[in-house]
Amino acid sequence: MLRLDTLVKQYKTGDLALKGIDLEIPDGQVMALIGPSGAGKSTLIRCVNRLVEPTSGKVSLNDMELTTLSQGRLRKARRRMGMIFQEYALVERLTVMENVLSGRLGYVSFWRSYFRKFPQSDIDEAFRLLARVGLDHMADKRADELSGGQRQRVGICRALIQDPELLLVDEPTASLDPKTSRQIMRLIRELCAERKLSAIINIHDVLLAQMFAERIVGLQLGEIVYDGPPDGLTPDVLTQIYGEEDWEATIETVDEEELEDDLVGEETAAGSD
Amino acid sequence: MSHPTDSLTGRRWKRPPFIASPLLRWGLAVGAAIYLAVAFGTMEVNWSRVADGLPRAQRFLASFFPPDFTSRAEDIFDGILESLWMTVISTVVGIAISIPVGLGAARNLAPRPVYLFSRAVLAVSRTFPEIILALFAVKLFGFGPFAGFLALSIGTIGFYGKLLAEDIEDMDPVQAEAVKATGSSWFQWLNYAVQPQVMPRMIGLGMYRFDINFRESAVVGIVGGGGIGATLLTSFDRYEFDSSAAILLIIIGIVMVVEYSSGYIRRWVQ
Repeated sequence: MLRLDTLVKQYKTGDLALKGIDLEIPDGQVMALIGPSGAGKSTLIRCVNRLVEPTSGKVSLNDMELTTLSQGRLRKARRRMGMIFQEYALVERLTVMENVLSGRLGYVSFWRSYFRKFPQSDIDEAFRLLARVGLDHMADKRADELSGGQRQRVGICRALIQDPELLLVDEPTASLDPKTSRQIMRLIRELCAERKLSAIINIHDVLLAQMFAERIVGLQLGEIVYDGPPDGLTPDVLTQIYGEEDWEATIETVDEEELEDDLVGEETAAGSD
Repeated sequence: MSHPTDSLTGRRWKRPPFIASPLLRWGLAVGAAIYLAVAFGTMEVNWSRVADGLPRAQRFLASFFPPDFTSRAEDIFDGILESLWMTVISTVVGIAISIPVGLGAARNLAPRPVYLFSRAVLAVSRTFPEIILALFAVKLFGFGPFAGFLALSIGTIGFYGKLLAEDIEDMDPVQAEAVKATGSSWFQWLNYAVQPQVMPRMIGLGMYRFDINFRESAVVGIVGGGGIGATLLTSFDRYEFDSSAAILLIIIGIVMVVEYSSGYIRRWVQ
């Protein structure tokens, strides 16, 4: 379980990005974090693995407090948290395989990683994951040769090979077309279910959040203004999170029928791009 | 698509000027023009001396032809070899030292004190041109290729370290963040996130620096730093301009070979 305790982040510029966030994410829960740009979504997930240092408050993962760890212990703790990024954040000049294996850096010595001599078990797992997302034939391609959807799949493999307990997902679909977005979100949710992972997914797209998350947290100006099930997102709630707008169209489209259709399509969609 | 507010039609638009204040804008332009005029006026040209010099230049250039590759062939060959190994080891040693200095001089990598120290090292080594460094080295360690090697190495550190630091500062921070998030150690992070991003450009710059060092090896030779420069100076002193011409042609040839191959290698590593 991940627990945030009155988490505060104030940037050097004086901007208060997070104003005392309290949040609990039980094991295996997929939670979507929605909110307008600048609400503090990215800051929140980066405070969890301390890519951004929180100003005050506590973050604990399964009763291990992350906020007070020394750099060395923090590295070990980061292995348990896989991260998936908006612009994929693959190292473009490395091969697909090197990008996936970089998820094991926390487990191997410098010289092993320098000479790319990863343990066979890591390589087996990398090929298994690449096959799972339909990219095992691309292992030796350079990351910048892949399409957006393919890159995000490699990003997912890199996060999963860490063998994490928690996924931190930052706008996974922001650079993808609508179809690929759905495939990626579905893949993330399936993998979370397969591996009993909990996940925080920052996402702009309210509709996708409703379709693929079991819990929605709405963030506005560094404060939680909604925490509940996807179908609790009424026009009033959305107005509270994002401000005044005509929300009827956004909500109408997510009826049960469409959700069913999408779930049926997942077998065929997962492998292609 | 007619607009309801007709007051907007006929509204003028001009690109906003780069410097907003007209006074400052015209002041700078007039000031620059006056300075340029005065600077030209200050430079004295003695046209009669130029006229005397032209036929001398003609005779001087004529004495370069035909280039004589044979009569001093052994000296030239030794000089070229000495210059080449000076170039190779000063490039390798210079780059090897400039890597830690460059890492320290990258603002997004190094803590503040390390950054300031590394930048100071780079600034000092960049202040002096190779020929001044060579003069110092010759005074300290005597004539010979060791002085030249030292001068070229120090020059390489300033050049390569600064460009490496700047390239690291320009890298994509998200790729770096992603590797850090896996729990990698600092050196693993350097190897997986930083190195792939800067490597192609740094290989190209390494080739370019090799090229510079070879040309500079001729210059440092003239002040006593060994290599082909020493051979060139000797031939000048003996008024053997045809041998000098041969040496200059060989230098041009080698620089061209390095130029073409570095272009080829750069395309290959991209």
